Amino acid sequence: MKLRSLSLAFVFATFLGSTAAIASSTTEAALAADPVAEKRLQSLSEELRCLVCQNQNIADSNAELAQDLRREIRGMIQAGKTDKEIIDFMVTRYGDFVLYRPPVKGITLLLWGGPIALLLLGLFALQRYLRQRARRMAEDRPLSAAETGRADALLNEGDTK
Amino acid sequence: MNRYYWILGGFAALVALLAIGLGLNPRDVPSPLVGKPAPTFNLPILATPDKTFGPGDLQGKVWLLNVWASWCVSCRAEHPILVDFSKKVDVPLIGLNYKEVRGDGGFDMNKMSPEEEKKLAFQRANTWLKQHGDPYKLTVMDLDGRVGIDYGVYGVPETYVIDKAGVIRMKHTGPINPDVLGNKIMPLLAELNK
Repeated sequence: MKLRSLSLAFVFATFLGSTAAIASSTTEAALAADPVAEKRLQSLSEELRCLVCQNQNIADSNAELAQDLRREIRGMIQAGKTDKEIIDFMVTRYGDFVLYRPPVKGITLLLWGGPIALLLLGLFALQRYLRQRARRMAEDRPLSAAETGRADALLNEGDTK
Repeated sequence: MNRYYWILGGFAALVALLAIGLGLNPRDVPSPLVGKPAPTFNLPILATPDKTFGPGDLQGKVWLLNVWASWCVSCRAEHPILVDFSKKVDVPLIGLNYKEVRGDGGFDMNKMSPEEEKKLAFQRANTWLKQHGDPYKLTVMDLDGRVGIDYGVYGVPETYVIDKAGVIRMKHTGPINPDVLGNKIMPLLAELNK
């Protein structure tokens, strides 16, 4: 019973998904006549973050705003704007946050430099550890005759009792 | 023993970092528009559709621009605060109705003519304001969300504080709560109106 309702839900979900895909592809296809412009739109919108679902880019997102922004970019491509002009348009409205590759500047320094700093820190720690270990191993000399005698005495202590 | 303190310390630092990260609001994206002139527009007014309003009409005044729509659930949450604000404070509050019909998601826009959309949008906006009260000096209708893009709107409701020179001084994304109003917006308004 449970299995049946589950599989029914699955069929329904697939159906919904496919109709949604068809609906969006027909509306977008109507606007997309020029393959070169379409390619530019694709590459541009892959660089831009969708602010509604922040881990998706504008190309992947189906959010209303992403659709609007794709339309806006398409309009600007048709108007003959350069890629830089289009990116600037987005940045003046939504800030560096829309860029998946934000420019290097004061506020993004930690973002860009952070991984390198962590890597250097790790290398430094590793080097220190290796050096210490090498020193410890160098200090590992065989026991002297007196020390061997003492060790034997200690080890044999238990046997005599 | 000493090295265990190091590991424990590192772990504690990581926990602290993650705790701070979880406390931040990912929606709170700093707007590049703060400090810039409010983008100009010319949109029809809800009450008088044959007339338009633009930011230039309020030049020399401090005012608020509040982005709303009847389909926006969070707008319902902040609305009583705005109604109360409009009764007590003498600062013009302008409503920007954002994609009243298109943003709803319940309509097939391919089957709707621009005239139908316009009629439906005005009707829906009017009904909503009648139901919940109208705190706005006036509301303008941004049917296709084009002005919303200029203002960097990405989550309704949003509120902008605009100064006498027409410069955006603050942007709040999400519903206004008593804390934001009392501790951020009101002091700013007082300062700007000095």
